[in-house]
Amino acid sequence: MIFLRSLFIVIIFQFKAFALIEVDITRGNLSPLPIAVSPLAVDNDSLAKFEKIFKKKNIGAEISKIVEDNLKHSGLFNPLKKDAFLQKPDIAHLKPRFEDWQLIKAQALVTGKVELVDDKLRVEFRLWDILAGKEMLALAFTTVPNNWRRVGHIITDKVYQRLTGEKGYFDTRIIYVAEEGPKTQRIKKLAIMDQDGFNLKYLTLGNELVLTPRFSPTNQMVTYLSYFRNLPRVYLLDIETGIQEVVGDFAGMTFAPRFSPDGKKIIMSFAKDGNSDIYTMDLENRIVERITNHPSIDTSPSFSPDGKYITFNSDRSRYQQIYVMKSDGSNVKRISFGKGLYGTPVWSPRGDLIAFTKLHKGKFYIGVMRVDGTGERLLTENFYQEAPSWSPNGRVLIFYRETKTNAKGEGFSANLWSIDLTGYNERQVPTKTDASDPSWSSLLGN
Amino acid sequence: MTRNVIISSAFHILIILITAMSLPFLIKKPIDLPPIVSVELIQITDKTNIPFAPKAKKIIEKVKEKEKQKIVSEQAPPKAVKKEKPDAVPLPDEKIEKIKKIEDKKQNPEKIDTEVKQVSEFEKDELFDPSNIAALIDKSKEELSETNKKNDKVTQSQDKSVERGGLSLSEEDALKAQIFGCWSIPLGLPYSENLLVRIKLQLKPDGTVIKSEILDHARMNKPGQGFYKVLAESALRAIRLCQPLRVPTTGYERWKEMQLNFDAKEMLEG
Repeated sequence: MIFLRSLFIVIIFQFKAFALIEVDITRGNLSPLPIAVSPLAVDNDSLAKFEKIFKKKNIGAEISKIVEDNLKHSGLFNPLKKDAFLQKPDIAHLKPRFEDWQLIKAQALVTGKVELVDDKLRVEFRLWDILAGKEMLALAFTTVPNNWRRVGHIITDKVYQRLTGEKGYFDTRIIYVAEEGPKTQRIKKLAIMDQDGFNLKYLTLGNELVLTPRFSPTNQMVTYLSYFRNLPRVYLLDIETGIQEVVGDFAGMTFAPRFSPDGKKIIMSFAKDGNSDIYTMDLENRIVERITNHPSIDTSPSFSPDGKYITFNSDRSRYQQIYVMKSDGSNVKRISFGKGLYGTPVWSPRGDLIAFTKLHKGKFYIGVMRVDGTGERLLTENFYQEAPSWSPNGRVLIFYRETKTNAKGEGFSANLWSIDLTGYNERQVPTKTDASDPSWSSLLGN
Repeated sequence: MTRNVIISSAFHILIILITAMSLPFLIKKPIDLPPIVSVELIQITDKTNIPFAPKAKKIIEKVKEKEKQKIVSEQAPPKAVKKEKPDAVPLPDEKIEKIKKIEDKKQNPEKIDTEVKQVSEFEKDELFDPSNIAALIDKSKEELSETNKKNDKVTQSQDKSVERGGLSLSEEDALKAQIFGCWSIPLGLPYSENLLVRIKLQLKPDGTVIKSEILDHARMNKPGQGFYKVLAESALRAIRLCQPLRVPTTGYERWKEMQLNFDAKEMLEG
């Protein structure tokens, strides 16, 4: 008995002695991660050849600038100034001196080199964890020299993915409506550019009004609204060949087109005799299917990423609200119940959220809510803004905003803006002219 | 008459041709868009073994020598293979030759072992080799015996503090406040997921971290949990950035081992 008692005391004592202290860390800082992007090293041979091809002094520095700008614009990283770097860019083939980078408070470092091999650009890059003193990522690829800006975007995508845990959105394009001239006589052209505003090209000449361009998930096709025999009709344009066609032979007005996630169908609104409903058209066999059948105005349809559901807005409850239904049109449920009018719902590529435009007390908001309508968050407010479109990773929204050109409220200007899901990182996307109706492509294939 | 018809037709055709060529909407210009070239990315981590820069190498060697001199060492002794490394450090003039040599060596499968030994504790767990279970058990035995030896030295006064249990509120607050400032939470994490990372630490009396271990390591390899690695790495970075940790000045035995539970959910949801 005495033995058992002592054994019990010993066990209790031991348990107390080795009880592990636990500390809960539930807060941190949301400040951007300090990262150093070293210019890509270029050997002397390649340097001379690059200068001939690109008319640029140091292509390695140019590419690293693209990476740096991308990371900065994401709002999640703070690229450190190159003046503070203690190590030169020729460290691509060496492990960095981690203590040098710790001195300038970098927590991650990107190094790499670029060279010309058989008239092709060969890029090698590495991502280092400065505090752990270890390599996190090491990749190489070869591409055509003209792709040099994409090299920067591809590197950013990989670095972003490794450090945030989600795919990047930098090697992408944006299609939008470029606008010029006074508001009453606006010339509207379809334009396409890289997500950072470079490599701008016009896809139409501006003879006809164009609206709501949307990328296909396959990237080769664009659907948009234009006018045919004075009627707004949905068009399909192959951006590689320039061939365009009217989608379907509808005896009325078709609008608000969008591709299905597999790119095989187009979903759109068809209006006749004051009533508008949602239809899909299979692009292979051209079979048209009616999805909604209601005397109200049903429009702005958008598929869920798995293609099983559709969100749209309708005034069937008197005021314009957001609804979700199965892709065959059954099981229609209203999901927006807040004050004001809700429109242009777009399902996130991640499937967890629906972005929308809200009009309340004369102000326009861009916001997100869960697919069941809960957790509504308004990200940004302005006197006129609408048409959100998701980045391919579902983290950033691009939309357009109309503003007055001076403080007196005169003039008019439309521009593209982006905002991330935190609502803090809002910035204007540079465009050559006024711009509206943006649509983000998926990743270009890296 | 016939002549007039021919002249008239010719004029009409000419006008039609001029109109067709000059009207902009009839021009079918091909869109000048560069084709999308797909890019194949190749992993080069296991194909190359790049050396440290000369200065860094010297510092690392110094640190290693110091570590050798220490009596207590929680880390495995340096392997014979590592001794070859100083020869692999390229001098500025010999860089190219030396790099080639290192690359040749890498193709030797035995060299992969060397790489594994270079990685951090964190990566060691990632590179867990089932065939080394026996070695791990041996090591854990050694660690246990070391711990037991140290426990033998615990004085009575220290024992009292052990019985008292965890950190006091002020001690815990000081530590939390320090780590809050060091932890950069990756904002891209899916806040709907479980975002808890538990890290077990072994600490020196001055708060320096001897060893850090992720307790739910298996989660990293589960499908759809790629974000967990990012979260765990951010927590480890916070610990490294913060060390020496703000630990109490007394009662080392009490907190020499500690578990930090990093949870990003509250921050990301709020």
